[in-house]
Amino acid sequence: MDISKEKLEWIYTTMYRIRRFEETMLEQTLKGNSMGVAHTSDGQEAPPTGICAHLTDKDWIGSTHRGHGHCISKGLETDKMMAEVFGKATGQCGGKGGSMHISDFSKGMLGANGIVGASIPLAVGAALTAKYKGIENESVGVAFFGDGASSQGVLHEAMNLASIWDLPVIFACENNGYAEATPSWYSVSAEDIASRAEGYGMPGVVVDGMDVFAVYDAAGEAIARARAGEGPTFIEMKTYRYHGHFHADDTSKYRKPEEEEHYKNLDAINNFERTVTKQKLMTEKQLKSIRDDIEQEMLHAVEFALSSPMPEASTTYDDVYVNYSNPIPGLR
Amino acid sequence: MTTSQANSPIGPGYEGVQGKEMRFRDIFRDTLRSEMNRDQDVYLMGEDISGGFDKDTKEPLDAWGGPFAATKGLVQEFGPDRIRDAPISEAGFVGAAVGSALTGLRPVVDLMYFDFVTVAFDQLLSNAAKSRYMFGGQTKVPLTLFARSGAGTGHAAQHSESFYSMLAHIPGLKVVVPSDPYSVKGLLAASIRDDDPVFVVNDKKLINLTGFVPDEDYVIELGKGRYMRRGADVTLVGMSYTSVVCQQAADQLAEIGIDAEVIDMMSLSPFDEDILVESVKKTNNVVIVDEDTPRASMASEFAAVIADKAFDYLDAPIKRVTAPHSPVPYNRGLEIEFMPQPEDVVGTVKNTLGWE
Ligand SMILES: Cc1ncc(C[n+]2csc(CCOP(=O)(O)OP(=O)(O)O)c2C)c(N)n1
Ligand SMILES: [Mg+2]
Repeated sequence: MDISKEKLEWIYTTMYRIRRFEETMLEQTLKGNSMGVAHTSDGQEAPPTGICAHLTDKDWIGSTHRGHGHCISKGLETDKMMAEVFGKATGQCGGKGGSMHISDFSKGMLGANGIVGASIPLAVGAALTAKYKGIENESVGVAFFGDGASSQGVLHEAMNLASIWDLPVIFACENNGYAEATPSWYSVSAEDIASRAEGYGMPGVVVDGMDVFAVYDAAGEAIARARAGEGPTFIEMKTYRYHGHFHADDTSKYRKPEEEEHYKNLDAINNFERTVTKQKLMTEKQLKSIRDDIEQEMLHAVEFALSSPMPEASTTYDDVYVNYSNPIPGLR
Repeated sequence: MTTSQANSPIGPGYEGVQGKEMRFRDIFRDTLRSEMNRDQDVYLMGEDISGGFDKDTKEPLDAWGGPFAATKGLVQEFGPDRIRDAPISEAGFVGAAVGSALTGLRPVVDLMYFDFVTVAFDQLLSNAAKSRYMFGGQTKVPLTLFARSGAGTGHAAQHSESFYSMLAHIPGLKVVVPSDPYSVKGLLAASIRDDDPVFVVNDKKLINLTGFVPDEDYVIELGKGRYMRRGADVTLVGMSYTSVVCQQAADQLAEIGIDAEVIDMMSLSPFDEDILVESVKKTNNVVIVDEDTPRASMASEFAAVIADKAFDYLDAPIKRVTAPHSPVPYNRGLEIEFMPQPEDVVGTVKNTLGWE
């Protein structure tokens, strides 16, 4: 295997951190500690991890309503993420964005987005900046989006733009088979969403989104192409979300138990553990120590979020503009 | 079955009417059902309005029954052609709805969250609203759309908007804002039967509220407001959920001896100028309450009409209680700061009447 020991450790840490963040966040949401809706991405750890393994803080990603995995893969701190979900002043957006809008511009994270499809052109725009400045070799854009989002017109416009301008961008489609309760076989007219890439003149590849090594390899090639100035690539990753569409969604109403079972048997984290131990790349002891660290980190994140202060009411009026503060707190 | 009480919650003039207490969401669905039974050309389209399909039989599962379960059960009655689940393609399916309306059907579109109207905005503005006019009256667009607006549920900036003023700004489009089960029944039925495109904006905070609904089949004329409460000292003007806020404020004001009149506008375009003018001529004071942001808003529009037509009757400046000029924050405390509260209305009324 052509992956360094450090990278393997990073991959495992990242996937396990995503898994445990989502489980912990869901538990806290059901306890009433979150302030709003929360979408979990456990089960889908491989796509963001395998892709972001090739990125640095200078690369940009666009994210979705199901964005925690993207955030973690891009290096955001779980303390500040949890605090944001709890609506606290110490949260990544000061409590103003919540679960659906976690962002960190210092880490190349353009923000989770609540409008399905809306972040795709932002990643194209980041790639445009890179090309404009002549820094494609160190700054590419990655647009994460779902199978459902692939039906938005804006994806098609963005793909065409990226292609005609040869922009360093990756269209990273996380096909988890569903958009809310709607199966992708109903809403998507093509067998593989990646087949649409051909019509826009870019390579399209389909990979097993439960296999982080497969994602890592495909992403490595695509990102190398982008950095070399050879333009966009479309990667479709077939994956699965373990929980409901949002925290209170009951999947048994639209997914069969056999299907859920099938994907749990393909679990990306178990898959990784089996592979690295079999190939003697990592020991069970190493893996366990990573898991133990993450457990501590999650306890800390919850503690941090719970004990953090609420934002001041006056912050409601801050940051509407850069250089104009609205002096009227509503008309009252 | 009950009869509405004196001081009927649906407003003066309804005492003794036969009806029952119902949830907003239930009467909404019942009205969709009865309009679909009434007219075979009415069909419904939107994301997850049944929700889910069996992989083997291809039959709809009705797993979601629509966002907020608004259409639960309808697919069993009407089938997937008339309860048509759509991919996440708002511009495409709203445009297709306009096209089918131009050619003889009466589509009803569920846009889920009101914020998503922007994805389909061009189809609404350039096609739905303008076709009749720019084609010289040859055609009509009997399209109804509905979606859920409003802050207060922790949905943050992109799922909490109330910018119905942006729709009311569009000539050719009608906009209605039910405030309770009674008004949603009458307004939804009227909208579906109307030959122009109509947007029905439902605040999320109303969906689980119950209220009195008359049994009879009725429509509420588009463009008419109503009195929810009669009073002599000040007029409170509400729309959508702020009509509830106005009622709560009126209760608090009554405790301190201020007799407020409450108007529920129900329609924003067209809207009822007469009721505003009539009430202000009587009370001489007015406070308009709106959860939309204040610039170029309905609150400003109502204020302009009152200033124009009832200026000489005003004892004090017209006041607006609105959201601030900002997006909607996530944190619950900030959301409360953002939304007009009954206490804000009470404070503004006291100021207006010179109490403090
Ligand atoms: C423009 C828009 N339409 C509808 C929605 C409501 N919505 C939120 S997530 C979602 C499903 C998205 O499916 P997919 O893109 O496959 O992502 P997944 O949820 O599976 O991660 C829908 C319909 C939205 N947020 N924005
Ligand atoms: Mg999906």
